[in-house]
Amino acid sequence: MIRVALPGHLRALAHVNAEVQLDITGPVTQRSVLDALEAQYPMLRGTIRDHVTQERRPFLRFFACEEDYSLEPPDTPLPDAIASGKEPLLIIGAIAGG
Amino acid sequence: MSQVRVLVGTRKGAFILTSDGKRQNWNVSGPHFAGWEMYHLKGSPANPNRIFASQCSGWFGQIIQRSDDGGKTWIQPGTPPGEKNAEPAGPPKGESNKFVYDTSATGKPLTTHMWYDGTQHPWEFKRVWHLEPSPNDPDTVYAGVEDAALFRSTDGGKNWQELSGLRGHGTGPRWQPGAGGMCLHTIILDPKDPGRIYIAISAAGAFRTDDGGKNWRPINKGLHSQYIPDPNAEVGHCVHHVAMNPSRPGVLFMQKHWDVMRSDNAGDLWKEVSGNLPTDFGFVIDVHAHEPETIYVVPIKSDGEHFPLDGKLRVYRSKTGGNEWEALTKGLPQSNCYVNVLRDAMAVDSLDKCGVYFGTTGGQVYASADAGDNWNPIVSHLPAVLSVEVQTLA
Repeated sequence: MIRVALPGHLRALAHVNAEVQLDITGPVTQRSVLDALEAQYPMLRGTIRDHVTQERRPFLRFFACEEDYSLEPPDTPLPDAIASGKEPLLIIGAIAGG
Repeated sequence: MSQVRVLVGTRKGAFILTSDGKRQNWNVSGPHFAGWEMYHLKGSPANPNRIFASQCSGWFGQIIQRSDDGGKTWIQPGTPPGEKNAEPAGPPKGESNKFVYDTSATGKPLTTHMWYDGTQHPWEFKRVWHLEPSPNDPDTVYAGVEDAALFRSTDGGKNWQELSGLRGHGTGPRWQPGAGGMCLHTIILDPKDPGRIYIAISAAGAFRTDDGGKNWRPINKGLHSQYIPDPNAEVGHCVHHVAMNPSRPGVLFMQKHWDVMRSDNAGDLWKEVSGNLPTDFGFVIDVHAHEPETIYVVPIKSDGEHFPLDGKLRVYRSKTGGNEWEALTKGLPQSNCYVNVLRDAMAVDSLDKCGVYFGTTGGQVYASADAGDNWNPIVSHLPAVLSVEVQTLA
């Protein structure tokens, strides 16, 4: 069971109040987590990664175990603590402004 | 008893304002989609309880929302909460925000337009500026998007297809963004001729199709824009908004960057009707519901100073189809007012007397229940208003 923490606006779109939990078979990567997330919550399609290119939207970042995985290739395995559900994958909106 | 429902899109959410036909006491609902930019909301004339909304964000991109109960509840079309993708077996869900430029229809490489520096730049989808529901089919709705293109859905907003003949007719590589981006912001469906559609793009100009969107041509003859290399160019004009009275679909009124214009032949030729306006820069323009020669604008000081002249918020009305204008000031601030009124932020209802509504970047929505003679704020402290539409309900 994988845990994913979404920004507030995406929680509202998905009609969830807290972390979401996903079942993933096979390697736990950014791509497999996002595939599972979008399958369970299809209203999030296009909001985290582009519908067509599947590239991460530029103002979103992915953090796992206090490390920024945003620039890692999408098929890079995520840490064991994410795969085991001990830690959540954080999807974070970049903070802009002063 | 008639009712009116005013749909307000703002920088930080949507608001729905309702009143009976007297239009004196208002109920305010919202914010819907709090924190999101709501570029436009518009109800279906064929099913007034069906409302389409464009919701967007610099972080999360474009979302399309639809209500089928007059704005009480909303769904992303085709994607009800709780249903997983392709479950039960069927088409994929979560497609209502998928706007993909089509290069197949014309066979031409529709890949670039002019950038600010004159170089060519790829077309990149950014957001939906305007949603225009069909007058007679509740499942058909058009979307004007940035970078400029026209899309259509025939399944209630679940899926969108580009009408690519617009970008493909030949002038696309000469279109250039205005200061607000290269947006298709105006869509007018001819109520008497289903094949005829008018659209306007900043900064390309106005265009018309007579065959339902397959073939398009620029309709900018008569426009004169001193700020572009060829002031009389076929395309490149910064058209801010176009309005039409449904009873006379061949007569169009335009607020250009500078200049208020009219055409009496479906856009084939425009003539200036700025007349005695104190400044002819502005964004909004609209037409009285029952008097097709009565039009409204809100003059703005200049392209460098987007606020009313002398700090006085004045709607100008012409009862002669332009040229002769009168200032409407009763109930509007006449000192220290430095708001703007954006291009999609004025609407009229179809009651008698005609109601006129507009929203400001200062968060006020003003209403007049007597065709502009007197104004009152419905609300005064919303986020900056991006769009105002009104539905007249039986």
